[in-house]
Amino acid sequence: MSEQLLKVRGLKIEGRSDETWNQIVNGVDLDLKKGEVLGLIGESGAGKSTVGLASMGFTRDGCRISDGTVEFDGIDLVNASAAVKRDLLGKRIAYVAQSAAASFNPAHRLIDQHTEAPVQHKVLGKAESEADGVELYRKLRLPNPEEIGFRYPHQVSGGQLQRAMTAMAMACRPDLIIFDEPTTALDVTTQIEVLASIREIVEEFDTAAIYITHDLAVVAQMADKIKVLLKGDEVEEAETRKMLSDPQEDYTKSLWAVRSFKRPQKPAVHTSATPVISVQNVTAAYGKIPVLHDVSFDIHEGRTVAVVGESGSGKSTTARCITGLLPPKQGHVEFDGEALPLDYRKRSKMQLRQAQMIYQMADTALNPRKTIGELIGRPVQFYMGLTGAEKRKRVEYLLEEIELEPSQYYNRLPSELSGGQKQRIGIARALAAEPKFIICDEVTSALDQLVAEGILKLLAKLQDELNLSYMFITHDLATVKSIADEVVVMKDGRVVEQGLKNDMFTPPHHPYTDLLLSSVPEMDPDWLTNLLNERGVDNIGDAAVDKM
Amino acid sequence: MMTILNLLLLAVGMAAVGWVFRFLGQKITGNKPYFRDMSFGVAFGFVFGAVVLVWLVWSYVLSHSSDPTVANKYFFLGKAVEGLVIFAIAAWIFRILGRSVGTNATRKLFRSMPLTASFGVLTILIYAFVAIFAGILAPYGQEEILGAANIVPGGNPAMGGNPDYPLGTDQIGRDILSRLIYGAQNTVGIAFATTVLAFFIGGTLGFLAATLGGWLDQIVSRAVDVLMAIPSLIFALLLMTIAAAWAGSEKGLLTFYMVLIIAVIDSTRVFRLARAVGLNIVVMDYIEAAKLRGEGLGYLIFREILPNATAPLLAEFGLRFCFVFLTIASLSFLGVGIQPPLADWGTMVRDLAQFINFAAFAPQVASAPLLAAGAIALLTVAVNFVVDWMLHKSSGLKE
Repeated sequence: MSEQLLKVRGLKIEGRSDETWNQIVNGVDLDLKKGEVLGLIGESGAGKSTVGLASMGFTRDGCRISDGTVEFDGIDLVNASAAVKRDLLGKRIAYVAQSAAASFNPAHRLIDQHTEAPVQHKVLGKAESEADGVELYRKLRLPNPEEIGFRYPHQVSGGQLQRAMTAMAMACRPDLIIFDEPTTALDVTTQIEVLASIREIVEEFDTAAIYITHDLAVVAQMADKIKVLLKGDEVEEAETRKMLSDPQEDYTKSLWAVRSFKRPQKPAVHTSATPVISVQNVTAAYGKIPVLHDVSFDIHEGRTVAVVGESGSGKSTTARCITGLLPPKQGHVEFDGEALPLDYRKRSKMQLRQAQMIYQMADTALNPRKTIGELIGRPVQFYMGLTGAEKRKRVEYLLEEIELEPSQYYNRLPSELSGGQKQRIGIARALAAEPKFIICDEVTSALDQLVAEGILKLLAKLQDELNLSYMFITHDLATVKSIADEVVVMKDGRVVEQGLKNDMFTPPHHPYTDLLLSSVPEMDPDWLTNLLNERGVDNIGDAAVDKM
Repeated sequence: MMTILNLLLLAVGMAAVGWVFRFLGQKITGNKPYFRDMSFGVAFGFVFGAVVLVWLVWSYVLSHSSDPTVANKYFFLGKAVEGLVIFAIAAWIFRILGRSVGTNATRKLFRSMPLTASFGVLTILIYAFVAIFAGILAPYGQEEILGAANIVPGGNPAMGGNPDYPLGTDQIGRDILSRLIYGAQNTVGIAFATTVLAFFIGGTLGFLAATLGGWLDQIVSRAVDVLMAIPSLIFALLLMTIAAAWAGSEKGLLTFYMVLIIAVIDSTRVFRLARAVGLNIVVMDYIEAAKLRGEGLGYLIFREILPNATAPLLAEFGLRFCFVFLTIASLSFLGVGIQPPLADWGTMVRDLAQFINFAAFAPQVASAPLLAAGAIALLTVAVNFVVDWMLHKSSGLKE
């Protein structure tokens, strides 16, 4: 255990942009012993992935290691020749990427991709490697381990792909694996499964690992020690338990405190009040495939209703039914007690104005060729008929409302904004229509925690000022806890349970709600172990969902 | 047999020199990563490039030999090298000029401009200038018959030239230089109009099909499939024959029909591209947001989709312009395009084509048809350079 495996000293990395080299990592040290797991955490742009890749002696295109040393098992990786690195990478150092779906070659079977590294490095023969792959698949508890390797990547679910990729990294039994946010794109129930299997296999083969993530609760389960990065600088490093219980730096403390934002529960709405939006017995299908079954819920004025569920549970489809993009087969949607036409093309301008939408990916929700002024100005002009100076005044007011300086942002393009700022523009565009009701579709899931919290606070402030109603689609229960008044839990296109937030978060609840709630990682480093002991290894994640 | 053996020897020699080159590089630089990680293929490539360069310089020197048989053998190569160097220098000077003169915006534009693009811009500007002022620039009229036929280009009386007609005269005694200049007006002007029309038809239909989908998309797409299934040049020929019957003796009308026919045939390619690009854009959330806002079709197409489709469309415009240009030249070459006595580069190549046979022993004579062909090639290359650069700029592609 005590043998030093990886030693990084004063690592500086520069990235090239606008014809100049800018430093993006400013001297990071890193030590890793055999069999040790180091968690690297920080916001996006902190240099986590860059440091992770550099510890393989690799930099992305347009980056270079300008200073410092990376020593792997006594080999200097910065100055090593291509031949030396070729011999190490894949064999003794492996990498697991964030999106397994994008990293597997869609044209080859999983097992063929799995055996490539061992065969290339002459560690195992093709047949032996295949047998070993099946063994690893079994260890990682993939369903049908004998058969799954002969599928193509698109025939396997996201969580299973992520595990297949972990198996692939293990193929040569490396000494070091770098996990780059392996569970970020997964549902909570799937995430648990992947976490449990990664942890188990890393322990079994005594592999050292660098685990990169922005989710503190996840890293608490996986790592022996944690290093916090901020804008290419190291903030602090400590043993996991010490780091969680006693962070030294202010920045670390602020990260720890992020999940503290919570709005008080509002009292139940009077039953006779007319809801702003009432979804009534909606059944919908894509072609012949049914996706929603008899979904009903109400959203009252000034309230936030969170719709939670895993991907594929029909949350976004419900939103599409409300907006009229997908006309329901049965049932209808009422606005202020009046039934809305099913198809959005049949709705009046007034009806369209009243229900606005904020999207998950601000990148694709804002036309990249339009300036901020044009983006927000269009609904102002379209619905309110304002032009010229009046329009500009209104847009500037809206920009102030979302806490962006108008003179500075009016003429910018979306590409010149950060992720959080783009999401704010999305909010301003929705507000510009002066709606009563806004659908927020996973608005914070692509953002860092600190930024996401800012967005949630902004939404709460706007709701108090303008008496807006929100339908808040999310799979993140922490977000639900902080912002929702009422919760609707969906599974396989049906509403499983609904009610006031406080009722939903206190037992007893529906078994599926229970599963969702208990799958959310907690900051306690023993959480995963306890959960596994409680439920048994075969009773977590998808397996548990399937049993319901 | 000898030559094959020689080539083989040369290849082996280059391979050996490549190995030595890499080995020496490693020794001299103290095993710097550049030489250390250099693969043998790269080293071989360097040596190969050097050999080609030396051969080019040597041939250029030979082309100025006093022995006419040797000089003739390397005549075209010599001219090509001269042309390349002259154009490179002109482009370089043009870029320096652009960087120091003009407004801030144009200066910035020139600063980021690669040499190929500045060559392209300069060439296009020259063509445009020549086309616009053809009447003033041309020493003679395009239809003017000047007596002496088949004067050799070069203006050297010893070679059969005449200084009054620097590029010689054609087989019925018209000045080639004047006809080249007027040809810019006719050929380029008509090609430009045709391409614009093709883009208007194809682009509009393509975006409509992408946005509306359903039966409209099916009908238009299948119609386009049918049109694309017929080889385009043969189809154009067929239609031109019919059009010629309709137009009768009205030559202007025939040109108009030609523009229409080529535009429709080429718009099928534009349609395919516009539809494919449009389909990628209509699935974006901002289009959904605009639809939910209640925006009309016109706004969706021209304000939301079009600005995001300009980069690929622009690239296609450059390519399509060249194709249209070549189609017109081919049609003229075959005799159904731009009608005599209007000067047109395609027709000029056809009329003088038989002189190509003289290439081996009298290259000056053979260059007569190549002048018009060269004018076509030069513009094609220039347009593509400019389009490459624009595409690179607007898409943010990194090298």
